[in-house]
Amino acid sequence: MKKSLLLFVALVLFVLPAVSALAADTIKIGFNISLTGDIPKVGESSKFAAEMLKADINAAGGLEVGGKKYMLDFIYEDNESKAESAVTAMFKLIDRDQVLAVVGPNSSKQAVPAGQIANDNRTVMVSPWSTNPDATLERPWVFRAAFLDPFQGPVAVNFAVKTFNAKTAAVIYDLSNDYSKGLAEIFKQVFEEKMGARSVVAFESHGTRDQDFSAQLTTIINRKPDFIFVPNNYNQVALIVRQARQQGYTGEIMGSDAWGSAELMTLCGDVCKGLHFSTHYAAAGATGATKEFIDRYTATYGYTPDDVAALTWDATNVVLQGIQNTGKLTGRLRADRQAVLDGMKAITSFDGITGSMKFDEEGDPVKCAVVVQISQTGEFEFKESVCP
Amino acid sequence: MLKRYSVHLILTLLGGLIVYLAYFEYLGLYFLSVLMFMGVNIILSSSLNLVNGYMGEFSCGHAGFMCVGAYVASVLGVWLFARDRVFGAPLLDPDYALYAFPVIILAGGVAAALAGLLVAFPSYKTRGDYLAIITIAANYIIISAIENMSSIGGSRGLMGMKGVINAMEDTLYLPWMPIWVFLFTIFCVWVIRRYVSSTFGKGVNAISQDEVAAEIMSVNTNKIKTITFMLSSGLAGIGGGLFAYILGYVNPGSFNILKSTEIMVMVYLGGMGSLSGSILAAIFFTILLELLRPLQIIKWIVIPLVLIILMQFRPEGIMGNRELGQIFPRLKKFYRFK
Repeated sequence: MKKSLLLFVALVLFVLPAVSALAADTIKIGFNISLTGDIPKVGESSKFAAEMLKADINAAGGLEVGGKKYMLDFIYEDNESKAESAVTAMFKLIDRDQVLAVVGPNSSKQAVPAGQIANDNRTVMVSPWSTNPDATLERPWVFRAAFLDPFQGPVAVNFAVKTFNAKTAAVIYDLSNDYSKGLAEIFKQVFEEKMGARSVVAFESHGTRDQDFSAQLTTIINRKPDFIFVPNNYNQVALIVRQARQQGYTGEIMGSDAWGSAELMTLCGDVCKGLHFSTHYAAAGATGATKEFIDRYTATYGYTPDDVAALTWDATNVVLQGIQNTGKLTGRLRADRQAVLDGMKAITSFDGITGSMKFDEEGDPVKCAVVVQISQTGEFEFKESVCP
Repeated sequence: MLKRYSVHLILTLLGGLIVYLAYFEYLGLYFLSVLMFMGVNIILSSSLNLVNGYMGEFSCGHAGFMCVGAYVASVLGVWLFARDRVFGAPLLDPDYALYAFPVIILAGGVAAALAGLLVAFPSYKTRGDYLAIITIAANYIIISAIENMSSIGGSRGLMGMKGVINAMEDTLYLPWMPIWVFLFTIFCVWVIRRYVSSTFGKGVNAISQDEVAAEIMSVNTNKIKTITFMLSSGLAGIGGGLFAYILGYVNPGSFNILKSTEIMVMVYLGGMGSLSGSILAAIFFTILLELLRPLQIIKWIVIPLVLIILMQFRPEGIMGNRELGQIFPRLKKFYRFK
């Protein structure tokens, strides 16, 4: 046994150390994203948005920090949508690739453990999409670009009460998805505070891989709610909405930002048209920088950018802003990382394409949510902006 | 003399080297994390080999037992030694964490062994494909149970294990995680080796050959199955506990059927019923995953392809059902390993 063991140890020691010297005039930023696994589309959107930004800045001669231009080098690490892989990817970026800051991971199950690594090793991390409060809690080095779940609950409640005149609601959620579960619970709490106890007439759960929701929907429809809140991932939404309509439900259905994928309309088709959901930005009817981003992204990659792409764009820009705020890079990584953290904290207001934001003391952004309606042509049309 | 202690010597040197390199930070955190996951993978694949290889049953719910170990060890550690939102102030003086850590990990193993009874009892009556389905069911039962326990985080996961590690390092600074992963890996391999080469363990192999014949030859098959399933899942629980402390965060989604499949791949890659095969395969698989990282999406085309090619030319896995000493008889001159 010993020979092979030694051979393998030798292999680890000699093969793995890739050359990673910090070149003088480049800034390295790591991307810890899921290019394979459960949600590869999310990682792909992130990567495309980042590539576009990099091309822009490098074409203009690089990022100017304290009067000196630096070229950008983005390193993409696949975390396979797994928590342990997100951790090793984080170690690799911080330790071997010597990046100045990290963007990602996107989903919370990876952002929470990876955030711990970033915080312990004193590297700034910005998660574009994670909504779990634990990702940034008590971690000064970790930031995020998306608003938190607790904020989206009240947004949905207020919108539904005002627009649908809803007195009662029903909820169907994914029990094993912490995002869905958390949002469903917050929604129930806020709605019942506002409309009285038992105004949420049905609170039904299902599993992640379920295809048939008829049992839950029968219960919900029998209780005759004014609308159904569906804080689920887009692939489940397509099935739930279709099955609800098949059972004869004609009322309103509302969702959350997990609906906002480019694939929703492919899966859902006509039945989803006219429905509302709360999200980070609205692609249709956008103006200014947001419109420019959407047009260019669509022209380059052939589909409308989803919220992950927009949030990655903002998250990366926030990091670059933080780097510019340092005033000067010394080339000593530890000192520079500390300077980037101070630079991030110095951002008072950032004008992103998903709205203007500033960070609170936990590293969470204070920003507005938008409610969009799915139009007859399948676009996500801006309906209303709701600010905290 | 040298022959007798050569394995001990080499392991001590290797362990000492890793600790030395880790302590003086010659070995980067990335390497260290890869090495630690390698250790955990060795524990998982060799313990699954006990059931799938030596006993000839087909278990595909190994990650479920890993999950039990991970959660029990995490909850115990956080509850006793770390400040946490759910459990409040630490129950004991954090100084004791240093001594209690191995006990906590072992407690996770014991809990996982008890969970192994979930599979052991049905195995008296069924085997083969039907038992395989029961093991998948066990995996789902465990994950769903934890997802529904909101007091330990439910599907949101549980964290705070970092606090326990910090408490250990504050008391006495040494790279504790690599040390414990190394020691537990050796412990697990040693236990399995002793178990399958014991007189009692010969019965495990007898079941694999022919269960009815074994029964006739006065092998108590039910007893052996119970103990083997418990041992296998108990060791998986130890692996799970270490996994949780390396990550510093657990959520039930990490232990689904995909994780079970990953462990199974390692077992079949190494060869059924070969302990050294499982170890080599775990090392090989972990390194392969890391080495192919730059390929990004193409990685998941290359790795399955490598597996298919390997199975084409060596359908019995890297080692078949033989040990290293049997393939290279001359190696036997240099070591004795029990």
